[in-house]
Amino acid sequence: MAAVATCGGDAGSVGSAVATASKSNVTSFQRRGPRASGTNDSSPRLVSITGTRPSVRNGQLLVSTGLPALDQLLGGGLAVGTVLLIEEDKYNIYSSLLFKYFLAEGIVSGHTLLVASANEDPANILQELPAPLLDDNCKKEFDEDVYNHKTPESNIKMKIAWRYQLLPKMEIRPVSSSRFGHYYDTSKRIPQELIEASKWHGFFLPEKISSTLKVEPCSLTYGYIKLLQFIQNIIYEEGFDGSNPQKKQKNILRIGIQNLGSPLWGDDICCTENGDSSHSLTKFLYVLRGLLRTSLSACIITMPTHLIQNKAVIAHVTNLSDIVVGLESFIGSERETNPLYKDYHGLIHIRQIPRLNNLVCDESDVKDLGFKLKRKLFTIEVDSTSL
Amino acid sequence: MFPELNNLLNTTPDKAEQGTLTLLCDSKTDGSFLVHHFLSFYLKANCKVCFVALIQSFSHYNIVGQKLGVNLTMARERGQLVFLEGLKSAVDVFFRAQEKPHPLQFLREANAGNLKPLFEFVREALKPVDSGEAGWTYPVLLVDDLSVLLSLGLGAVAVLDFIHYCRVTVCWELKGNIVVLVHDSGDVEDEENDILLNGLSHQSHLILRAEGLATGFCRDVHGQLRILWRRPSQSTSQRDQSLTYQYKIQDRSVSFFAKGMSPAVL
Repeated sequence: MAAVATCGGDAGSVGSAVATASKSNVTSFQRRGPRASGTNDSSPRLVSITGTRPSVRNGQLLVSTGLPALDQLLGGGLAVGTVLLIEEDKYNIYSSLLFKYFLAEGIVSGHTLLVASANEDPANILQELPAPLLDDNCKKEFDEDVYNHKTPESNIKMKIAWRYQLLPKMEIRPVSSSRFGHYYDTSKRIPQELIEASKWHGFFLPEKISSTLKVEPCSLTYGYIKLLQFIQNIIYEEGFDGSNPQKKQKNILRIGIQNLGSPLWGDDICCTENGDSSHSLTKFLYVLRGLLRTSLSACIITMPTHLIQNKAVIAHVTNLSDIVVGLESFIGSERETNPLYKDYHGLIHIRQIPRLNNLVCDESDVKDLGFKLKRKLFTIEVDSTSL
Repeated sequence: MFPELNNLLNTTPDKAEQGTLTLLCDSKTDGSFLVHHFLSFYLKANCKVCFVALIQSFSHYNIVGQKLGVNLTMARERGQLVFLEGLKSAVDVFFRAQEKPHPLQFLREANAGNLKPLFEFVREALKPVDSGEAGWTYPVLLVDDLSVLLSLGLGAVAVLDFIHYCRVTVCWELKGNIVVLVHDSGDVEDEENDILLNGLSHQSHLILRAEGLATGFCRDVHGQLRILWRRPSQSTSQRDQSLTYQYKIQDRSVSFFAKGMSPAVL
């Protein structure tokens, strides 16, 4: 039951190229350059990055969120350089699922991952990612490669297609599918080979806390300061901000931050209404967004907004994020047994969509959306009860 | 700039009023199209513009500006536009210790700071240069947006002080204009934001309020714009003039129409 047909339309647009930043300031908001016809080499060097595609509306570079249904609602995907904020549902079931979809999509597309969490070791998070549903014949090729590599006769002569002998052999790499947006099977774990072949960095807060605080106090919680420094370090060293021009292949950095704002990060906005660090979270978001805007990265943040005591903080956080999606699950509520809602596991609210490089934005016409999680599919559809 | 909005406000780039404070306000909707309008309006009026852009990057305004007929890159190169990119500067000021005070110095401070460095930056940017270069008509300060300063830990009083200092320098001394955007939190109780909004409303000559429709989301009408002309210095016996229009944002312009007269309805 491979979901090939639905993704067929997207594969064509991945091949189109995106102009790189030739000047020193790399921002991800580059207008798509003139489309280079096949043999035209006088045009500036155009590089296409796997797992991305330009937006139809304004040429903005987009990455998939891991959920094709959500990509469609957001106007094609998550723009590189922006923050996707997910307001967690009450028991953090579906928001952590969206978080995992985002990371799994990064692994399948060959992007670099940065996973930050205060309560779970990033290595464990990666182990629990759902398995991607790749095409069946791709999987067969992958198995065949493994077999070929193990046999010593690696230069078996090809009898019929002898020309192809001269081509380099395919290495053992997970098939970095060139599709945009994949489907995942939540009942299976991601294959270990995919995780090992991917590049990822983990930030586990309990490991990073040291007893000596050498940082000058600037009213950000210590955990946030360390995380910002960590992210900035990775971006700078691996050249996501264009600072390392010898890098041969540009790649996207996918950042995932779990449960931001919860007391485990040292922040008290979920505990009191007017705490000491009441502006710690907003300053963090502001500097984070500054880092993202000047690098080839995209970020997903899940935040337990239902726990935040001061509602004005939620408004500030919304204004400081680009895309805000709220999840409301029916578990434990009276809607679970309500026959009207039996088709859905919860509601999804698209609270904010940015207007990037544009006066208009891709707002969907329908505002009442429900979601349902099946084993291989996370569907989002119009809430039929509202019609 | 949007020609329809110019008609509604009864201004053109040639004969705009000087020494005014314009307050842009949005409630339950996105009022950033007004910022793009005033940016291109004042650039076309040949003014020296200092733009404190705290919420989006330079290329965002540049790309939209090109749709509205102004080239921000060229304006910046020839000195007409001084652009403070908040997001990029925040990264600089946060990760690298600065020798001299940075406009966004308050990000490094533990308790609520003040905006003196930012004011110094603005004053330096708009100070008239008498070296006989291409004379700009009058200076304009544009801030997008002030609510970000509140969410970053500054008090409403600090922001009001900043605007007061800017008004003295830009509006009174240099006979220029100021345009600021503030978000209205609506029914969410945000005391600091309300103080800021009320304080600015009393000082402004022109208030443009973009509101979402009371009946909810509509594809053809994106919101409602309330225009209020005020004369803060004169006595209140003269009634303030107020008009309300509904608008729809398109790719390169915004169309305005009277309430209920949307082309989709008629």
